[in-house]
Amino acid sequence: MSAALAIRNLRKEYRAGVPVLRDVSLEVGGTGMTAIIGPSGTGKSTLIRCINRLVDPTAGEILFGGQDLARLKGRALREARRRIGMVFQEYNLVERLSVIENLLCGRLGYVPVWRAWLRRFPPHDVARAFELLDAVGLGDFATRRADALSGGQRQRVGIARAIMQDPELVLADEPTSSLDPKTSVEIMELLARLARERGIPVVVNIHNVELAKRFAERIVGMSQGAIVFDGAPSELRESDLLAIYGGEGWIDS
Amino acid sequence: MRRWRRFTPAQRIGRALTYVLAAVAVVWSLRTIEVIPEFLYDAPEQTADLFRRMWPIDWSFWGEMVAEALVETFHTATLGTIIALALSVPVALLAARNITPSATLNLVAKFILVSSRSVNSLIWALLFVAIFGPGALAGTLAIAFRSIGFVGKLLAEALEEMPRGPLEALAAAGAPRGAILLKGYWPQVEPSFWSVALFRWDINIRESAVLGLVGAGGIGVALDTALNNLYWDQVGLCLLVIFAVVVATEVATSAIRSRII
Repeated sequence: MSAALAIRNLRKEYRAGVPVLRDVSLEVGGTGMTAIIGPSGTGKSTLIRCINRLVDPTAGEILFGGQDLARLKGRALREARRRIGMVFQEYNLVERLSVIENLLCGRLGYVPVWRAWLRRFPPHDVARAFELLDAVGLGDFATRRADALSGGQRQRVGIARAIMQDPELVLADEPTSSLDPKTSVEIMELLARLARERGIPVVVNIHNVELAKRFAERIVGMSQGAIVFDGAPSELRESDLLAIYGGEGWIDS
Repeated sequence: MRRWRRFTPAQRIGRALTYVLAAVAVVWSLRTIEVIPEFLYDAPEQTADLFRRMWPIDWSFWGEMVAEALVETFHTATLGTIIALALSVPVALLAARNITPSATLNLVAKFILVSSRSVNSLIWALLFVAIFGPGALAGTLAIAFRSIGFVGKLLAEALEEMPRGPLEALAAAGAPRGAILLKGYWPQVEPSFWSVALFRWDINIRESAVLGLVGAGGIGVALDTALNNLYWDQVGLCLLVIFAVVVATEVATSAIRSRII
């Protein structure tokens, strides 16, 4: 299995001398879902945001599609970003735009600005947006405004927007943390299904261990800015959870 | 027994001193404004007399001068507001720190906004009358230049208070800056923009009604003429019309505002 993404010795310090990520190295294959678990404040979000450079790493390499993302700037960075879809905890839709236009926002990296301004998106983009909307079960919501949707519906739009980019990798930063347990499962199912059908690898930050074990093929456990576990869900033992989260009162055996 | 007092002794002395100082200031300022008792005594009488002279209102002045001047006032305010909106958008973009990350450019933009606001419309009008001669052109530009600061400042603040999430999502999709402005910033800032625009238009109707006093066109010219001729019945008509227009715009803007937000 060739690596779609290879992170080498990634280091991030928001304040000099206080590393949030301590020389993290991680390879992600060309398919399947990788779940990163770990306590809050352990650098999961920072790691995932370094990949598409919403956060600038302090040192290290992020190899993706033959380029080191950590060194890209300006146009080259934008062109790399459009090949990486991202799903956010707070959905991050443009609230006052319609659902279909939020999906088309996923094409903004490809479409000339004047087309976006005049809302003259290429017809095949529009057709694909409608298809994807059907695929996430929101076929009837195309012209609704995003702020009229429920949390689960918004996250479906968020996922569809990421897929609209035709990405080679999808990053999901706590995609279920603002949702109820039932909707969380549905969202993870949707994300896993779309990624599987299209053969897109997914890296997902998630603090719900059960969801991670249920949907991911690979679990990466982080603690204090370093990877302390890396393996299949079936290999994740109680001792590993202890190493990741510390304490033991919370684990019911 | 334990006692409680709201202020410490030092605070009590401080408060007493403040009262004394305030009293001194009031007495001092009353002495400087030099009230002339004779004029003060017959003020109620004079007021009543003024209103008697205004009544009955001279409606013939309407067709003679007021109607046309009213339309001019309306045009001055509206055109001035539109020009101000067009000019204030780029300045607001430069002033918003999250859009323009250069402290120097922010400062330049803030300087433009502050200088626009620190000069009163009447002063702007005096300047433009000196440059372009009397008339509605000077009035329109005065309104526009005074409004740039107001609209620009509020717009820049609205842009700076935007939620970061959607912008981050568009950046993560590889959208260029122009697309982020159009699809991230603009949809979110649109309600504030129109609300500020309406509010300023409302203010500008009132301001352009007095610009005629310095020769910058509009109903103020009619008022000035009537005042200079001591035709109080015509003055009465002008005041009544200005009042009616202000009420009408107030009603109109609040109706539109409630629909767009």
